[in-house]
Amino acid sequence: MSLAELICPAGTPAALRTAVDAGADAVYCGFQDATNARNFPGLNFTPDELAASVVYAHAKGTKVLLALNTYPPAGKVDLWRQAADTGARLGVDAFIVADMGVADYIARTHPQVRLHLSVQAAASSPEAIRYYCESFGVKRVVLPRILTIPEIRQIRKEIPCEIETFIFGNHGLMVEGRCSLTNYLTGQSTNMDGVCSPASDVEYARHADGSMASQLAGFTIDQFGPDEKAGYPTICKGRYTAPHRPQGYYAFEEPVSLNLSRLLPELIEAGVHAFKIEGRQRSKSYVRGVVRAFRAAVDDIKAGREANIADLVALTEGQKQTQGAFETKKWR
Amino acid sequence: MISETPRPLRPGEGAVARLSCLALQPILSRVVRRIAKQHSSLFARLGPHQTTDFLIDPVELPFALHLRPDPQALVFRAVPRHAAPQAGAVIRGRFLLLLELVDAEEDGDAAFFSRDLEVSGDTEAVVRLRNALDDMEGSLAEETAGMFGPPGRAILARLRRAYLNTSTGEEDA
Ligand code: SF4
Repeated sequence: MSLAELICPAGTPAALRTAVDAGADAVYCGFQDATNARNFPGLNFTPDELAASVVYAHAKGTKVLLALNTYPPAGKVDLWRQAADTGARLGVDAFIVADMGVADYIARTHPQVRLHLSVQAAASSPEAIRYYCESFGVKRVVLPRILTIPEIRQIRKEIPCEIETFIFGNHGLMVEGRCSLTNYLTGQSTNMDGVCSPASDVEYARHADGSMASQLAGFTIDQFGPDEKAGYPTICKGRYTAPHRPQGYYAFEEPVSLNLSRLLPELIEAGVHAFKIEGRQRSKSYVRGVVRAFRAAVDDIKAGREANIADLVALTEGQKQTQGAFETKKWR
Repeated sequence: MISETPRPLRPGEGAVARLSCLALQPILSRVVRRIAKQHSSLFARLGPHQTTDFLIDPVELPFALHLRPDPQALVFRAVPRHAAPQAGAVIRGRFLLLLELVDAEEDGDAAFFSRDLEVSGDTEAVVRLRNALDDMEGSLAEETAGMFGPPGRAILARLRRAYLNTSTGEEDA
């Protein structure tokens, strides 16, 4: 059986302590800049905060993984190199990287620190994953959310590294690390600036009838009726009108979150080493609720008991959940 | 959806709101001074929005709260809704939900998805405030209640019971 480590999100030091106390095997976090894919206002860690957090986590046996999972624009690699140097100095247990240049720098400069390949690298074939392992010594790949469990089982047999999969949380629609929708509307790049639908470009307008419009850079992404559940203002989950669909329709996907709680036994059996929970932008309340629920479930499965996962639907986007491609290729 | 939305004032309501605001002010000033002293790191997360005017609007109370989290000139005051200042960002929901959000007993995104929480104005300001408050250790509600000893704690417990009884349970993670 695989280790079934639980990898949990931490957007602030308080959230990190919450995740550690709730039973995380590892927490992942980032600095307050473009070096990570949750570069949100007021979120993330200063180097001093990370130093204290590493001490806290290690004292309780929890690992700290530093997300450096964005792509440096050409010629502007210093920020990523400095972040890697700082992380190594503070004793993080692994770097989560997407860019080959960043991976190469860490492999050469800090070979003692583990490299994990971010989902943002979108490495989904054994050939691609083996390339990262052989070139940069990657020890774990976070798989894109496009594979079924039989496919994961097959990949496991063909690669020399551990596998991590997402099991819960916000679920983008495009090829990870390649989506330019936000860039198209706002000029900011999800993959290089680290933010999809930047808050500075988001506006919510409430109408007299109780309905609400969410807008990004002046474009209406969705309009929710007075009693309709809402979602994030992300373009891929927007509802649009078109000449043949005047009522508006979800052109790509509706607001929905991934929840693989029911597939945990199969994922463990398929050889998945680690389960990732999305949500560094979420509150301590979310972290506490989701981490506790999955901690109990994983412990039950490891002990041979049936897992009784708490109902987490209230925490999901649009208050709807899916098993995505993990269950069937028909998804999307 | 939030059912209790601002509506025209009934006769005498304006006076009640003004009196409630006056009565509350010493408490609010004490609360905010204490938070600023004990949780000073939250100002860094606010960044440029330390000088933004936030209007926090507990829909079922007769007044709203005006917050300007400027460490040099902190403002936290109750204002009659009809006389509220022009705010850079507005956060609206039931009072206890707002309190539970500050205390990380509820998740802000979940409350937003379920439409129990509404935000308008400068979204970045709201996100910064939310992240700053979420990094705060301990319970603001308990601390505030504790400032007033056993009667304060009893009132908080009663408020919480009332909130749980009327809540749909949807936001309960
Ligand atoms: S628009 Fe959707 S797919 Fe693209 S980066 Fe944002 S969440 Fe991901």
